[in-house]
Amino acid sequence: MPLRAWSALSKPQPGAPGLGALTVSEDQWQRVAQDLAAAGGRLVALWASGDPGTALSIQAAFVAGSEGLVLTLPIEDPDAPYPGIEGLFPAAARMQRAIADLSGVRSSDSDPRSWLRHAAWPASYRPLIDSTPPDLTAPALLDAYDFVRVEGDGVHEIAVGPVHAGTIEPGHFRFSVVGEKVLRLEERLGYVHKGIEQRFTQLPILDAHRLAARVSGDSAVAFAWAYCQALEGITDTQIPPRAAFLRALYLEIERIANHLGDLGALGNDAGFAFGLSQFSRLKEQLLRASHEALGQRYLMDAVVPGGTHRDLTRVGVPHLRRCLLEIDHEVLTLRAIYDEHEGVRDRFTGAGMVPPELAIRLGLTGLAGRASGQAFDLRADLPCEPYAQWSVTKIVRTEGDVAARVAVRFDELHESCRLIQHMLSTLPDGPHRAPVVVPAAGLTGIGLIEGWRGPVLVALEAGPNGTIRRCHPHDPSWQNWPVLEHAIIGNIVPDFPLINKSFNLSYSGHDL
Amino acid sequence: MLKTLRQIASIGIVSEPAPQADESLRLRDGLQDHIRAVLGRALCIRHIDAGSCNGCELEIHALNNPLYNLEGLGIRFVASPRHADLLLVTGPVSKHMEVALRRTYEATPDPKLVVALGDCGCTGGIFGENYASHGRVSNVIPVDVAIPGCPPSPTRILQGILAALLRSPAPVSAAGG
Repeated sequence: MPLRAWSALSKPQPGAPGLGALTVSEDQWQRVAQDLAAAGGRLVALWASGDPGTALSIQAAFVAGSEGLVLTLPIEDPDAPYPGIEGLFPAAARMQRAIADLSGVRSSDSDPRSWLRHAAWPASYRPLIDSTPPDLTAPALLDAYDFVRVEGDGVHEIAVGPVHAGTIEPGHFRFSVVGEKVLRLEERLGYVHKGIEQRFTQLPILDAHRLAARVSGDSAVAFAWAYCQALEGITDTQIPPRAAFLRALYLEIERIANHLGDLGALGNDAGFAFGLSQFSRLKEQLLRASHEALGQRYLMDAVVPGGTHRDLTRVGVPHLRRCLLEIDHEVLTLRAIYDEHEGVRDRFTGAGMVPPELAIRLGLTGLAGRASGQAFDLRADLPCEPYAQWSVTKIVRTEGDVAARVAVRFDELHESCRLIQHMLSTLPDGPHRAPVVVPAAGLTGIGLIEGWRGPVLVALEAGPNGTIRRCHPHDPSWQNWPVLEHAIIGNIVPDFPLINKSFNLSYSGHDL
Repeated sequence: MLKTLRQIASIGIVSEPAPQADESLRLRDGLQDHIRAVLGRALCIRHIDAGSCNGCELEIHALNNPLYNLEGLGIRFVASPRHADLLLVTGPVSKHMEVALRRTYEATPDPKLVVALGDCGCTGGIFGENYASHGRVSNVIPVDVAIPGCPPSPTRILQGILAALLRSPAPVSAAGG
């Protein structure tokens, strides 16, 4: 059965545009997944929903071309495994392990190790299902994780983390190396798991955008917008045109700020400290202009249900425009310096290679995907307002190395500057916020926004009286962390920080 | 090379004067005089993310940009707790980071200062305490200075760090003379 036939069976999914919702049987679940994989579809997120009062189901969001499909597989027997899909979509492997940790349902796929759960709470406790918490006074323990061992002459292991030698989030990397060459990297994440999904269910649905903004602080706008898009979908809220423009402005500022930070850090990791000081200076200028025009350096609570928290300040707008013109211009100069610097070029080119074939197979997504020939960008493929009014240029490279991920950042930064100048000259008048009512219990909305790192999804299910029954935020780092393990193979250990930075994945957004 | 030099020359020095210490951020006194006697104004900071959303990390990075000229104040970030005088801790402390945080604290030589950074470090923030989170940093290790904000600006962070380092106007002891 072709994908089109499944789409025809689906019902419109509230929230992001272009999505259909389909409830399937176990047999259909596998067949839809096969058809999606055959049609070049990509897995966006996989999660379990349900609470003590409702039946469990496994849900998955896919995107293929310019449409998306949200599947729901009701679970009749929670003790029996549901059909795993990691053979078709390798990125599903860790998501399925996380579902087992948090909701207690297992897939039929093979890896039995826990993923987000270390020793901090017992395996018998299912944080998203059980209402009684475990004994919280138990002392902290370290658990023994069963890393895959590489054996052979001269092979040794290097264990790094969770605390790293810099201002970086915590995670553990286990390298198996010969001399300096990396044979294998295995990641162990989950260190910053802080119960975000359970916490959502304790917050009022009209207020929890604040928690969404803090799933991964560097993607605050993307997550808050995705949350609000889901909520507005299930409450039939039309946001004012000005609000949509302002949200896009925030999202592009977030993209530029992160790209500036990364471009500087990447120069630094290649031994060119000049790059860090120059780009971090530009980033500071942008944050200050943002503070002046929008009232905040980082746009933590700028996106709210129904629109935006504030309007632009009159004095700040010309300053912001001027600042972005300057940044756009200076970045061109700095790009020429990076391009001509032999040391930088030597470190960037060929490092951390993910060829397009591997990227397709593993489901590499977002910015890193576009550097490996994966020409997908929600702003162009499934555009919500106001992106639907513009044509966003997708930036794509095919080399798949650190240099390509740097080049994509340079080009996207320029494109975002162009978009912002355009939106500031065509900004609609009117209110920046519309009222939002409390949604009816049981409705599920899906928000889907192209953050700076890639597609950010929020699945939001309303409970009774303005509560949240279930909320699942998904960061594209889920897809890209496993690909990093492949990108490092055959590279030398000292190149790892550079390669890791070129992906710049979120720990908090992944660990939840 | 010429372009690089031209860029450096044309931008010039962008550093700004440092803010004053904000004494109101200090939770406890005692070690400041001792540390100052040993170190003068030099201070080595080790940052630990104990469960942060990574928002505070963005502003710690910003604090290291040329405008704040941190090293000009004798303050720098170091790679090992064994080199550190001050631990800058972000996030609600996740249960999975509790052991790592305690070990990092123990690995830092005495006398040491601890600064909890951000709303989460100060109170647990929006995440609070639950099956996976211990909440505020002081629930796990002793804290000298707490800097609220979500995230606090670099200036605010610097005011807090200076408050940890500098002697208050009415000090607890006469050790500093």
